[in-house]
Amino acid sequence: MCTVCGCAEGEARVEGEKVSHEHSGGHEHTHPHSHEHHHHDHVHTDGDDHHYGHGPARAHAPGMSQARMVQIEQDILGKNDNYATANRQRFTEQGVFSLNLVSSPGSGKTTLLTRTLTDLKDTLPLAVIEGDQETSNDADRIRETGARAIQINTGKGCHLDAHQVGHAIDTLNPEAGSVLFIENVGNLVCPAAFDLGEAHKVAILSITEGEDKPIKYPDMFHAADLMLLNKIDLLPHLNFDVERCIEYARRVNPGLQVLQVSATTGEGMQNWYDWIQSARQMRLIGHPSLNAPIHKEATGA
Amino acid sequence: MHEMSLCEGVLQILEEQAKTQNYNKVKTVWLEIGAFSGVEAPAMQFSYEVVTRGSLAEGSELKIVELPATAWCMQCTETVQVEQRYDPCPKCGGFQLQTTGGEELRIKELEVE
Repeated sequence: MCTVCGCAEGEARVEGEKVSHEHSGGHEHTHPHSHEHHHHDHVHTDGDDHHYGHGPARAHAPGMSQARMVQIEQDILGKNDNYATANRQRFTEQGVFSLNLVSSPGSGKTTLLTRTLTDLKDTLPLAVIEGDQETSNDADRIRETGARAIQINTGKGCHLDAHQVGHAIDTLNPEAGSVLFIENVGNLVCPAAFDLGEAHKVAILSITEGEDKPIKYPDMFHAADLMLLNKIDLLPHLNFDVERCIEYARRVNPGLQVLQVSATTGEGMQNWYDWIQSARQMRLIGHPSLNAPIHKEATGA
Repeated sequence: MHEMSLCEGVLQILEEQAKTQNYNKVKTVWLEIGAFSGVEAPAMQFSYEVVTRGSLAEGSELKIVELPATAWCMQCTETVQVEQRYDPCPKCGGFQLQTTGGEELRIKELEVE
């Protein structure tokens, strides 16, 4: 779904629509045999898909002559998911390893990213999509590191969606073999539901925020593959129970990997870089760009 | 979370479907919302009314069907029902749970004319 420009005749049609097509005009009568076929690609367990065939006079229909029931079974986020699939396919074909960085505002996400870019720019080709409601301040900060960056302002939107990211990739055109960081809008709620086509979601939580955030905002920590516990240098000054925080995070996501870092002092950052390197390698195995040399001008260095 | 933009998504679907299904007015929308979908039913109702004003769905009723969240417990090797993502398994108390249901956010059916 594009909530910004509204341009979206989804080319990839979800099965619900196909089903509707085959039955359009045929609602006035019942024909239960023809319904089996639309089951095969439904993931849902609803056995009552079949009640379609019960005809227009279902219990809720008020007996009006023109009123009829239409079953569409369409995911509201289906459109976004189609765009995300297209992005993912493009990343795979072009050998781009993308990470969706999510956190609450003020977790130090941009600082962590600028340090990462500075430290990795001689090792890997890098690109950044920067999401904020307003201003291009963050993209400007990113560009100062020499990395290529594009800003998306979501305006009223509280998250990036896959359609916006698709447009951003058109403009940014990240080179083969690069790591693309997508810095999402600071928000621990909405971005969890919007797949952008990324390889992994990385949740950043700073220790100034409180150790129970993973269970206060469980959807995000559930959706992430890696959690970076940031500002770890402040530990001596705060009453923050690291073990407890990690335990909470693993309650909502038993498979979550956690790294403790400080973007300010650099503590633990090498682990994060190692994670990026190996996850990128895993993702790009078999792609010719995996060991391609980096182009200096591409990073602006 | 972003019920307003979700309702805009619902309206888009209704408008697209109007062409293929050949209707010009929507009377009722049945929406399935899973317990883990991050959507609040009252906020959805509120936004729906605002977003559909002046559209083919103006004045229509939004009926929300809430679906429970389920998870596969690796220790019990069975599907259990949970309320929250951080809930332990109601049988063994463990946290080795894999969500299997409750993320639905889907228009189930429409009453149109």
